[in-house]
Amino acid sequence: MAEHLLEVRNLSVEFHTATGVVHAVKSISYHLDKGETLAILGESGSGKSVSSSAIMNLIDLPPGRISAGEILLDGRDLLTMPAEARREINGRRVAMIFQDPLSHLNPVYSVGWQISEAMTTHGLAGSKAREEALRLLRRVGIPEPERAMRKYPHEFSGGQRQRVMIAMALALRPDLLIADEPTTALDVTVQAEVLKLLKELQRETGMAVLIITHDLGVVSEIADRVVVMEKGAIVEAGTVREIYKNPQHPYTQKLIAAAPGKGAMHEPGARAEPLLSVRDVRKTYGAFEALKGISFDLMPGETMAVVGESGSGKSTLARALLRLDEPDGGTALWKGRDLFALSPAELYKLRRDLQMVFQDPTQSLNPRMTVYQLISEAWVIHPDILPKAKWRQRVAELLVQVGLSAEHMSRYPHQFSGGQRQRIAIARALALEPQLIICDEAVSALDVSVQAQVIELLDRLRREMGIAFIFIAHDLPVVRDFADYVMVMQQGEVVELGTVREVFDTPRQAYTRALLAASLSPDPDAKAGHLASVPAGAADTLMPKRSH
Amino acid sequence: MLRFIRQRALASLISLIGLVVMVFFLSRMTGDPAALFLPVEASAEMKEQFRELHGLNDPVLVQFARYVGDVVTGDLGESLRKARPALDVVLEAFTWTLWLAVITMTLVTGAAIVVGSLGAFRSGGFFDRLSSMVSLIGASVPDFWLAIVAIVIFSINFAILPTSGTGSVVHWILPIAVLFVRPFGIIVQVVRGSMVSALSSAYVKTARAKGVKSGPIIFIHALRNAMLPVITVVGDQAASLLNGAVVVETIFGFPGVGKLMIDSILQRDFNVVLAAILVTAIAIFLMNVLIDIAYALLDPRIRH
Repeated sequence: MAEHLLEVRNLSVEFHTATGVVHAVKSISYHLDKGETLAILGESGSGKSVSSSAIMNLIDLPPGRISAGEILLDGRDLLTMPAEARREINGRRVAMIFQDPLSHLNPVYSVGWQISEAMTTHGLAGSKAREEALRLLRRVGIPEPERAMRKYPHEFSGGQRQRVMIAMALALRPDLLIADEPTTALDVTVQAEVLKLLKELQRETGMAVLIITHDLGVVSEIADRVVVMEKGAIVEAGTVREIYKNPQHPYTQKLIAAAPGKGAMHEPGARAEPLLSVRDVRKTYGAFEALKGISFDLMPGETMAVVGESGSGKSTLARALLRLDEPDGGTALWKGRDLFALSPAELYKLRRDLQMVFQDPTQSLNPRMTVYQLISEAWVIHPDILPKAKWRQRVAELLVQVGLSAEHMSRYPHQFSGGQRQRIAIARALALEPQLIICDEAVSALDVSVQAQVIELLDRLRREMGIAFIFIAHDLPVVRDFADYVMVMQQGEVVELGTVREVFDTPRQAYTRALLAASLSPDPDAKAGHLASVPAGAADTLMPKRSH
Repeated sequence: MLRFIRQRALASLISLIGLVVMVFFLSRMTGDPAALFLPVEASAEMKEQFRELHGLNDPVLVQFARYVGDVVTGDLGESLRKARPALDVVLEAFTWTLWLAVITMTLVTGAAIVVGSLGAFRSGGFFDRLSSMVSLIGASVPDFWLAIVAIVIFSINFAILPTSGTGSVVHWILPIAVLFVRPFGIIVQVVRGSMVSALSSAYVKTARAKGVKSGPIIFIHALRNAMLPVITVVGDQAASLLNGAVVVETIFGFPGVGKLMIDSILQRDFNVVLAAILVTAIAIFLMNVLIDIAYALLDPRIRH
């Protein structure tokens, strides 16, 4: 029997927590051969990262316990190996890169030292390791590698940090690279480049890649085969094409259906009197121009999507409109009155018409308040909206409206899932009966299937209540089914502004086209064309280095 | 890096000027300086003579200018009891205190880092629970009680260590041992807490994935990151020793600045008290500059 490079057999891992035993993975099996790429696809809580942590011996025991199974690397079981032999395998034969390269690089050592250490720890001489580290930095495309050797992680951009991680992982030419959500925190154009680099390096070295992701687009971009995980079990396995074209399991079908960017696009109606008319908004931080004159109109009940990569100024715009940060220039006429010229007292009254939903509901909801307190707090601040006797009933109505139920009222935020928490945040925004809700990356942190549900909820609220939305996102496909107008921002400027159909079907600007091209399609047949259309180094030329 | 040090030194200088101003007005606002400086039994003429001699009848601003001039030239007046410049008296005592603080804090910090780190590495284990218990007791024991018990045991019952003085190395053992206990208890707990979070950080996970051994993971990867809060507390504890370990110095008859201050207050030797305040304050300011530099050395993000 020919041996696989890696074979996971009937692996079960459980975690002993205060609330009982959690079965993180239940008897899963998969294998991986040299030069092959296997994707483990799953949403949060599916256990998709657990088996790779077990391969790398990164599970803390206790509270974790490997209750059954074996992990064979070239036929040898890693789980029964002596500790020292096991340690030698990490870095030398199996290496790993992670989702958030900033927190996974040691902040107090230079990257040159950290890459060299990957080699010296396995016995290479210091000078030789530094030489090799320099070569690796050059290979992964870090500019000025000699200087970069002495720099610290915080001095690099997100994409460069992931390149550093890749250089470190590949230092000893491992047979297997495990990549845990390697591009999730990156901008789309940077993501495309990092995936391209991984594929090139795989071709050069013949290593196997195990990629863990929640993103169907990444799967179709890079993987040969895929296993789909739900609630700790593998529900489906096959080639990428098989899974995408002919999913068997209902969960896989749901996941594929939830991928954004397939529904009908909105056709905005005739425009008359704008609800909000923004002209030439400017904001600078010291010498840095965050907003260089932004102008747009928003009608009642309309959705304006603001799309841009990190540093484009889209969140600054939201904060300026709500005057959470004071803008330095321009006007924002709200039904004819300039928001920027209002006195604090007038602004206070107007605030209830303009509400905001933030990216991370875990941080924006006070963990010590019940759902009832969180939602009714709005009426404590604006007591004229609703007499106290009616609060309880209204909170119940709002919860039902956002797809929760009245009995959730007495619970605390931590008792809900991420998607449910975002629904609570939306209910809180609705409590003040606003006419405009600004959503700052409101669905970015959510799983794909939950993302689809929240967007559907927002769309329904717009139809039923005529609320206008400014919907900020870094990802174009997400806004496709929801927006009336799309505004593409780059470096504090509006690059392109048009109806959703204009922007998606006939983008006029190179930057918009690059963004569209870099967005990964979940359809394995769609990828053939697009990588060719992203010019080499697109991200670097389109996104000049930000100064730190 | 040099620019960073210059900035920090400049900021400290501004604080120092504030301190000099404060010391001056403290000595003027707590009542008639003549009454403060002179013995209680001094006559009215003596007080008037004293005022005339020290220019206390001049406008306050003129006095202040004169005082600043004196401070800058290092003239902090005479010790009324010892008939020597107050600054000399204070610096002599301060040298003893400085040695005591430096030796004690070096031992404390070294021991606390090792004990706290090992406790954190196997947190919840036997060593961790033992060291947590010992450090908690250490942090809670009052030093005057410990000093007396130590004297009873080692000087009286076993008669192996002297009770007071500075004549030889053995004279230092009891004061250092007593001063060691409390900061050690506190710092072990800070090291342990800081190391537990550093060891569960993402970059430690990366190091484990690289195959780095346990030793370097604890003492290279985690410790340097965990040191920032530790340094703050070490600085705090060192400051309280530099202020003069008043109780311990008095019990062991150790001629440090803490004992000097108590004696001078009791003897109404006010110039010495003011000089001691100024000297220890400058020492603490300098130590804060050193701590800021240590921060910057440990963490490149602070260096800008």
